[in-house]
Amino acid sequence: MTLQFNDETFREDYSFHNSERAIKRFPFPFDKDSYMYAVNMEQHRGGPSDSIYEKRFDVDEHYVSEMRDRAMVLADDPLRCQSLPHMTLAGWDLLELIMVSKSEDYPDLFELHRDGDKWHWVNKPLGIDDHFTFMDETTLPYGPMEYITRQTQGDFCVLDQRDDNLWMDAGTITTQADWSLDFDIGMNFFEWHAPVPLAHEKGIFVRALKFLLNIQQSAPARRLNWTMTVNPLLDTSPENYHKWGIQKTSLTPENIGAKQHLRVELQTFFRLPRSNALVFPIRCYLCAFQDLMTVPKWGRRLHRVIRDLPEELATYKGFIDNRPMMLDYLSKFDDGLPTSNGIWPEIDSEPPLKSD
Amino acid sequence: MPKFEFPTSILSRPVYGVLEARAGHQHLMIADAEGAEAILDIATPDLMAKTHIIYIPKGTDFADELRALNPAQFYQGPSYAASVSRIQRVLQDAAMGLQLYLAGTEGLMGQVQSEAMKAGIPHTAIQTEHRGSIARRMQCVHCKGITEDVATDPFQCSHCNLNLFVRDHYSRRLAAYQAVCIDAEDPGNVPVKKGLYE
Amino acid sequence: MSGAEKIAVRVTEVTPLNDLVTRFRFERLDGALLPTFSGGAHTVVEMKDGDVTRLNPYSLMSDPFDQTAYTISVRRDDEGRGGSLFLHNSVSVGDEMIISNPVNLFSLDLRAKKHLMIAGGIGITPSLAQIKQLDRAHGNWELHYACRSVALGSYVDYLTSTHPNDVNVYYDDQNQAIDLENLFSGQPLGTHVYVCGPKGMINWVRGKAAELGWPREAIHYEEFLAPQPGKPFEVKLAVSNKVIQVGEQESLLEAMERSGVDAPYLCRGGACGMCETRVIDYTGNFIHRDHWLDDEEHSSGEKIMPCVSRFEGKTLVLDR
Repeated sequence: MTLQFNDETFREDYSFHNSERAIKRFPFPFDKDSYMYAVNMEQHRGGPSDSIYEKRFDVDEHYVSEMRDRAMVLADDPLRCQSLPHMTLAGWDLLELIMVSKSEDYPDLFELHRDGDKWHWVNKPLGIDDHFTFMDETTLPYGPMEYITRQTQGDFCVLDQRDDNLWMDAGTITTQADWSLDFDIGMNFFEWHAPVPLAHEKGIFVRALKFLLNIQQSAPARRLNWTMTVNPLLDTSPENYHKWGIQKTSLTPENIGAKQHLRVELQTFFRLPRSNALVFPIRCYLCAFQDLMTVPKWGRRLHRVIRDLPEELATYKGFIDNRPMMLDYLSKFDDGLPTSNGIWPEIDSEPPLKSD
Repeated sequence: MPKFEFPTSILSRPVYGVLEARAGHQHLMIADAEGAEAILDIATPDLMAKTHIIYIPKGTDFADELRALNPAQFYQGPSYAASVSRIQRVLQDAAMGLQLYLAGTEGLMGQVQSEAMKAGIPHTAIQTEHRGSIARRMQCVHCKGITEDVATDPFQCSHCNLNLFVRDHYSRRLAAYQAVCIDAEDPGNVPVKKGLYE
Repeated sequence: MSGAEKIAVRVTEVTPLNDLVTRFRFERLDGALLPTFSGGAHTVVEMKDGDVTRLNPYSLMSDPFDQTAYTISVRRDDEGRGGSLFLHNSVSVGDEMIISNPVNLFSLDLRAKKHLMIAGGIGITPSLAQIKQLDRAHGNWELHYACRSVALGSYVDYLTSTHPNDVNVYYDDQNQAIDLENLFSGQPLGTHVYVCGPKGMINWVRGKAAELGWPREAIHYEEFLAPQPGKPFEVKLAVSNKVIQVGEQESLLEAMERSGVDAPYLCRGGACGMCETRVIDYTGNFIHRDHWLDDEEHSSGEKIMPCVSRFEGKTLVLDR
């Protein structure tokens, strides 16, 4: 199907919006009525038609506006995109992976023509038509990682693998859930996850690392993660927290349905061949509470998950103060009926909300 | 001076050990203030014959005691900033097998560690021992400015003046802890300052 | 499914190099390009030898950026269980085979200011691919290569003619040996060592480096172990609820696979850790041969690596 790209903003007037199609394919992250950390990895090899799992790199109606927002963030703060010197090869690996995937998966939007190391890349939605020499940085306007991640939705962590660990040695991070690439660059897997509560004690990171170290070429993996954001703000960075933090206090019972967004990350993991690095794209999807509530199963489930979430997690995810107001709102969409397993909306099979 | 026991914390927070003499032909010991005592504790004539000591007194008077150890080379610097180019020069010329010993404040050890890592020494191969002040070197995550010797939480950024709280999240590359605005969600509501670890 | 993704290939060249070593060239059956890889990677080659299927890892030695073909060099092991003998005696040009996607357990540390490679015998093969990768990046490297004799010095002529200033060759039969102490003194900070060769050589290099105060992280090594024959033994697999017999000539992993148990694996040479299996109960002795578990784990009786390790005794119950 042909994509219509939204003209919308993720700041100031926040004109971001999801179409009905986008709501239906939103990656609702809870497969049951409660949540706790788990190493919830699965193979990333397609999924249901038109789902966010179908393509290697999902392109949706927000593509053009998200790329515009990324360019603004990078203009304000170039430190959001950094690559330690030894990671350039991994940057070329990533550029190749994305160009090949997108041109194969979306031939109407992207084209890649290769003649040896002479490459021709066409990105129709962004109006880019560039000729360059693969592995020659001087032929691109940016380094290879920055060049391609300015054209791809989601944040990108490029991880070097050595000493039985993964090292955050390069990345483009402009849609992050409150962590700083500039601060974390160079850290290993346990260090950059150090501030996460509860999961270390549960051995989650030891198991996750073991899994990730063994991800092999041609066998990518994926998982979902989530948090909460007031207003559809992509750039919830610690760098700008002193500017956006105040927005968390702007919720009222009247505006919460429109303003409060569930923020879901589709995390994927690909082994990069030439560098043996691992790329970890973190694709952010936002959905307003009121849009989520149009799916009865999600309304029931979100209420139960948020209600029963341990306090440490609500604090870490930054919504402990707003939780009571969220629950007041969400409880109206929970009629106590059972929900089916799995993340999919099941609009046709789940009963509509009982009104009493 | 009694050694301070840092409370157990998150995995990015550095953990310091106790210096021990190690095998190797070349030894570089860098310390500030009370860090001198950690060097004095492990010094032997054999070890000192292969050791270059770089010392920043920070108002203490251990320099003569260190000089009396008769190290192969001794340098006393007035500040870290004044000594850093010498440290870089020494690392540039050093060979694999160099043993690096750091002692004193977290700020000094962290900054030398960062230089040594750039020169090619893995951080796990660098010995550290904390002595003296428990003040921290903090980076303001908002303006990126570094405030040295922070002893209270919260504190005010010496560059952008925001009120910041002190985290245990630490970057070896920056040799600094992370500091984040404390009153972003309630401007002006800044808790009373307390000493670190109080 | 266990192991890395598979690729169907055709053998397009079989080139004997000397009395012991033969090179094999693989191209994709479907005519498409092979994936690029990183220097130091290996592929696991499936060998169907009658009723027995063996999967052995071999280092890729071709240019990592050349997607038209992969090459491996195989040293004939007359004592072993026959993987290398099968390749030498039964594989010829035109044969179809299955290999795995490249897996790298021996990659370059791309931060290194200098790459110092030490190879013994057939251990030269990963260095060949690493050198190709480094040459493309104008990397700073040098190679020290010990062989038994001129006649058995695989790729010596190629290496010394293309890189006369960076390659140093030592022949055992001429009493030449790498002067490790001298080689290791004066190397600049940020030097990384890559050693691939027999166990004795790896231990010698690691030991000398430790003695000279080198950081553990600067020494990289790889030795694939071929499973060794041994006395047959019986194993109970608790999850699959099966009792299986491990024959004299097969590994525990192979016996599990023969019995239809889908056990995880990657390198099949005791290096990657993927097949680590929990021991539920045992009476007897383990014959641990892997590089993955440490001494403490080996003596704990709690874990075994079924790709290369065996067991002698009355009972062994595994969590598989």
